[in-house]
Order: sequence, then structure tokens, then C-alpha cells
Amino acid sequence: MATTTKVFEYNRGSLEGDDPLHGELMELNMGPQHPATHGVLRLRVMLDGETMREVEPDVGYLHRGKEKTCESLGWRKFFVHTDRLDYVQPLMNNVSYALALEKLAGLEVPERGQIIRVLLMELSRIGAHLIYLGTTGIDLGAVTMFFFTFKEREALYTLLDAYTGHRMNNTYVRIGGVYADVEDEVGREIGKWLEHFLTAVDEFESMLSGNRIWYDRNRDIGVISKELALAWSLNGPNLRGSGFEFDLRKQTPYSGYERYKFDVAVGTRGDCYDRYLVRVEELRQSARICQQALELLKQTKGGEFLADDRRFVLPPKDKVRSSMEELIHQFKIVTDMALPVGEAYFGIESSKGELGFYVVSDGTSHPVRCHIRAPGLMNVQAIPVLMKDRLYSDTVSIIGSLDFVMGEVDR
Amino acid sequence: MSTTAERVQPALAGLAVQSSTSREGTLTLEVPAAAAWETIRRLKETAGFDTNTFVTAVDRFPAEPRFEVVWQFLSSANAERVRVRARIGGTDPRVRTITDLFPGAAYSERECWDMFGIRFDGHAGLKRLLMPQAYEHFPLRKDFPHQGIEPDRLYREWDRVRRERPVNRDLPHAPQES
Repeated sequence: MATTTKVFEYNRGSLEGDDPLHGELMELNMGPQHPATHGVLRLRVMLDGETMREVEPDVGYLHRGKEKTCESLGWRKFFVHTDRLDYVQPLMNNVSYALALEKLAGLEVPERGQIIRVLLMELSRIGAHLIYLGTTGIDLGAVTMFFFTFKEREALYTLLDAYTGHRMNNTYVRIGGVYADVEDEVGREIGKWLEHFLTAVDEFESMLSGNRIWYDRNRDIGVISKELALAWSLNGPNLRGSGFEFDLRKQTPYSGYERYKFDVAVGTRGDCYDRYLVRVEELRQSARICQQALELLKQTKGGEFLADDRRFVLPPKDKVRSSMEELIHQFKIVTDMALPVGEAYFGIESSKGELGFYVVSDGTSHPVRCHIRAPGLMNVQAIPVLMKDRLYSDTVSIIGSLDFVMGEVDR
Repeated sequence: MSTTAERVQPALAGLAVQSSTSREGTLTLEVPAAAAWETIRRLKETAGFDTNTFVTAVDRFPAEPRFEVVWQFLSSANAERVRVRARIGGTDPRVRTITDLFPGAAYSERECWDMFGIRFDGHAGLKRLLMPQAYEHFPLRKDFPHQGIEPDRLYREWDRVRRERPVNRDLPHAPQES
């Protein structure tokens, strides 16, 4: 029979002794159909009482063979598939793929096209972080957060619908720029919404940051040091939460990010709470970048938004109907758009971390290889490190704070 | 010569390395497969490339040697990238694991084994990552058709289990015997 003191010392207990909360290891299965795993992640947990001694993630339940699909569809047609990787930030995936192809093709995007891309990427980042706040809130008992964030996300989706023509799966980006320019009116609406959104972020923070339950369930949970985070290839807000200031938008600027003023949010302790704080600050910084991008859009009104290169960029429709050459260009691009021989990789700072496409071309319209460097997979990989010797209830906090989307992890 | 190449050059003294620059300007080092691990160790310890971005392969079927194993690293201090490439043949393809240097390469290597059938010697727990454990093929090889190879042994087994599963006739939507 166990004494009372032993029972309450369960967190420091050992496998020996007659402690009823410890003893034989029990294997417990979590997922893939578990609401707190944010998709179809399966965890094999070895439990010693309530303490997790070993955790093994099992991924692949949403594997759709995107890389093989890219090889058989060809460069152009794969754009729609990039939307379906990380389906909460489709525009970010579009841009990442387009940037890799542009590096391969040696194509420059006109200034206005870059500004539109930055605006859309930052709006997607806001949307993705709102999903994180809402779903992690619902997992940890703050159900109201879900409604608050999804109210904002709904407004954002309405704006994206007006901007790109779709709420989700936008496929708005093209090689060499973006599909279309936008009305000033939509830009004004986005500006108005951003004003409102900044007050909404304060509201989110006032609901969570000082919330006792939220604080206790996130503070000092899932701690990972800066060195370990780097060794385990952790990236994005999860790496910055560990106190490592690394943001590809600052380190290797692309799409003209060097023109925008923004700060990189960095944590200090590397726990779930710091990762939360980093993401909340990124919401504000993204809104700040969006406001600057809207200002730049006003200045570059009427500028080119799509590169003028008939090897890769479709001609305008009205010209196709009146000019034989343009018709031939259109036919060539749609049927057989070849990219030069070579290979290229380009990584961007998506809301989850470094999202990159490694593309290898043999000079035909179909890739030899299109490897998707998914930040989510690297974040899932760190789960055993973060969860070892923690309580079973911490799985929910840790999974939530790592913020991965299985569509991207499994590809 | 770019600055990355200059910085990396002293670290690689004595190794048979061919360097080139890829289309986006990344330094690419072509090494024999046997020297890949040593190159990567020196890149990490001397040249400061502290994070593994990905490990993958390219299948050049029917050319021989068939596979190119590609490692990419990032130096977080200098925000520089380097790519290491080694060619290996199609019969029993294997290279040495780098998980002892970069634990974060474990999943990438598992994925590479899963998709291309390239073994990483010394990897603790090299098993399939995305496909089912009992799967028999390597889907990203060029001789694997995109529509899949069906019905293979695994699918037949799943089908058999589904057919033999007892049906609970009490459930409201269960198929009723006529």
C-alpha cells in the first residue's frame, strides 16, 4: 500500500517501488482520429502512470503523393496543388513555388507584383495564426477564442474572396507575378479591416495572456533550448520562441521584404507560452507590413504586376484573340511550358517556418524532381523531444503550440 | 568565386569536391558518396552550417549511377546555404546517415528511404515515414507509375480484412440480409 507522500510525488517518481501511479509502462494510442491532433497525426505514447516516457509520432495518414503528382502534371498545372499543401495559407504556398520556378527560369517579378504578393502573404500569415489561436484555445478550454478568431478570419476570407476570387485555395499567384491587379476599393476595405484587427489582437491578448488556466497550461510546458531547436531543424515561430532570432524575411529578403519596417518577435524560454507570444506579436507585425504594402500599392498604381516574358507568362486574353503570335505563345505555354535545365531551391518564411521547393529540371515541361521542404514535418519531428517525461495532458498544449497542418506534413 | 565558396574552401582541404553554383546562386558541392559524411561533418564543425534543411534524392533513371542524394544546409549566423550532392548506383543504394551530426535529418532520411529505397547506414529506426510499413514499392522512383501498382499484396490484404469484418446487424444503417 502506498503512503500519501509517495502518491503526491508522482512527477518525480521512479519505475521501482509500490507507487500506484507508476509501474509497468502502458502503450497508449492517440489519433489519428483525435480532435486535438489538428488533423490526422497519430502518437504512440508509452505511459508510466501519467508521465510520458516515450512518444513516437506516426505521420502519413494524409499522404497524397504531391511530389509524384508534380512530376506527372508538369510545372504549370501543379500550382493548384500547392494550395492544398498547407490549406490554411494557400497564397504562401503559391508564392514559394512561384519563387522557386522564377529562380529556375531567371525571371524577375515587377515591383507591383511583388507588393501584391507581400500583402497577400502577410494576410495569409494572419489567417494561419488565427487558426492557431482559435484551435489551441479550444483544446485548452478557452472555447470563446475559437469564435473570436474565426469571426476575424471570416472577415479576412471575405476580403481575400474580393481580392483573389476565392475564399480558400486561391491559386492567385503565377510565374512572374500575380494573376490580376486589384481594385482600389478592396485595398481600402483591407485597410479598414486592419485598423479593426489591431484592436481585436489586443482583445485576444487580454483574453489569454493573463488567463490563469492558459498561463499554467502553457508556461514551462514543452521547453526546448536554442541549441536543441536548431539541431532538430525546428523552424519558424517555434525556433524564435526558443530565443533564436532567425527570420528569412530579414536574413535573406525576397519579394522586396527589405523595404518594409517590421520587428522579429523572439521568445526567451522556448516553452509553449513563448511560442504563443511570438505568434501574437507576429499578428501585429503582419498587420503593420500589410499597411505599408497598401501604401506602396497606392504609389505604384497602374504599374505592371506580371512579368512580360512570353516563354513563361500567358499573354492577355484580348491580345490572344487579335494576334497570331500571342495565340501561338498561349498555345505553347499551356501545352508545353519548358523550364531551363538546372536546379533551384527557394525557402520563404511561411507562418509555420521555412517552406521551400527544391526543383530540378531537365529542360522539359515536366520536372525531374520537385521536393517540398515542409516546415511542419520538422516541427512534428521534435515532438518526442518536447514531450519526454511530461504529463500526458501536456500533449494537447504541445501539439497546439507547434502549430502544424497535416496537409503539409504528409504532402 | 562567391563568398560562401571562399569561406567553405579551407574546411574542405584534401577532399575530392567539385563545386558549382546552382541557378538560384547556392554553392553546390559534388562529392563521392564515400566522402559525403566527412564533407558534411567539416561543413558543420568548421564552416558553421548548423541546420539541416532537407535530405532528398533525385532519380535519373535509366541513367547510371541512378540516384543523386542531396543534402542542404543552412548557416543561421551568415544566412548562407550549401548543397551537397553524391551519386550512387541503383543496385542496393546506400549512404552513411548524418543523424549523428544533425538529429533533425532523421525524418528526411526516413522519407528518402520510403520514397526512393535508399538506405542510410547507421540510422536508428530507418523505416517508412509516409507509406504503410508493409508497402512493397518505392513510389518516387521513375519506374513506379503515377497511378500506382494495384492491386498489390498490401491492398489485397486490406480488402480481405474489410470483407471478413463481421457486420453488426443491430446498427441502424447496417446492410440487412434480404
